[in-house]
Amino acid sequence: MTIATTRNRTLTAVPAELVHGRGGGGPAPKRIVVAYGFWIFILSDMVMFSALFAAYAVLSGNNAGGPTAPELFNLRNVFISTMCLLLSSYTCGIGVLSAERGQPALLEVFAVFTFALGAVFLFIEATEFVGMVTKGAGPWRSAFLSSFFTLVGTHGVHVASGLVALVYLMAQVRAHGLRPAVLRRLLCWSLFWHALDIVWVGVFTLVYLMGAY
Amino acid sequence: MHNPERVFEDRTPGVEEHEPTASYLSYSVGLGLAIIATIASFIVAQTNLLWAPGIPVGLIVLALAQIGVHLVFFLHLGSGPDSTNNILALAFGVLIVFLVIAGSVWIIANLNNNLMPMPQ
Repeated sequence: MTIATTRNRTLTAVPAELVHGRGGGGPAPKRIVVAYGFWIFILSDMVMFSALFAAYAVLSGNNAGGPTAPELFNLRNVFISTMCLLLSSYTCGIGVLSAERGQPALLEVFAVFTFALGAVFLFIEATEFVGMVTKGAGPWRSAFLSSFFTLVGTHGVHVASGLVALVYLMAQVRAHGLRPAVLRRLLCWSLFWHALDIVWVGVFTLVYLMGAY
Repeated sequence: MHNPERVFEDRTPGVEEHEPTASYLSYSVGLGLAIIATIASFIVAQTNLLWAPGIPVGLIVLALAQIGVHLVFFLHLGSGPDSTNNILALAFGVLIVFLVIAGSVWIIANLNNNLMPMPQ
């Protein structure tokens, strides 16, 4: 609270080009710089996903006489997995907020929720993939299915690696406590997790809802 | 004119500034808005609440709204000075994503139009 008021006074007292974050006021805190670097990585990941989205958008009509989107997709399961990912994004944010406020016990509780919800999401997706493959609608069946499995599968691999990273980070919290370096890693991880949820918004809109309506 | 002592707060690089970036309330507001947008898009896709040819447009609008909610309430992209660089990088990323997706769809649609009809 006191920092915020000091900062407001600084903001009103200096010309715009000297404001902290726009070249003035000394170097930005490491937390800001590290998060910025990670943000650039996330954006490059988004550019990679955009190529997969473009491939799906171009190829989604090419069924090669095979099963089509409305026959394959179960929107109720998609809705459940969407809610799981959204809630895990929420618990992840709350958990990192607790960590920033120095409450490692709360962080652990929310990390468990985040992990569980992410695992449910992956389980629903894996079940869907297995069901499609056993129905003969594997990625080899048509260009539509190749691009579908590539796009949704890449997102799934990201979620799985996020879960592995979460376990690794929680081990670091256990071993080192909430040191600034660990806090920065947690912050970057939460950026990654929120970004995956943003990609999923694109996936469920473009792939599932537009394919199945 | 300006007192330099007041203008420059000297800080060593790497010194943490304990500034609350968010609150439980902002996350909860974001979650509520995101849930509303999600439910709305599933309803729009499965009912004829919208005029059928307008459904894709409606879905895209809802998706963009939800992405905006995520950026502001979960990723804390705001108008503050700490976000300026992130917003600029995001703008560049959005440009590239738009070029890749819209460009691919445009080019392939054009090629499809110019393709000779295949013998069935």
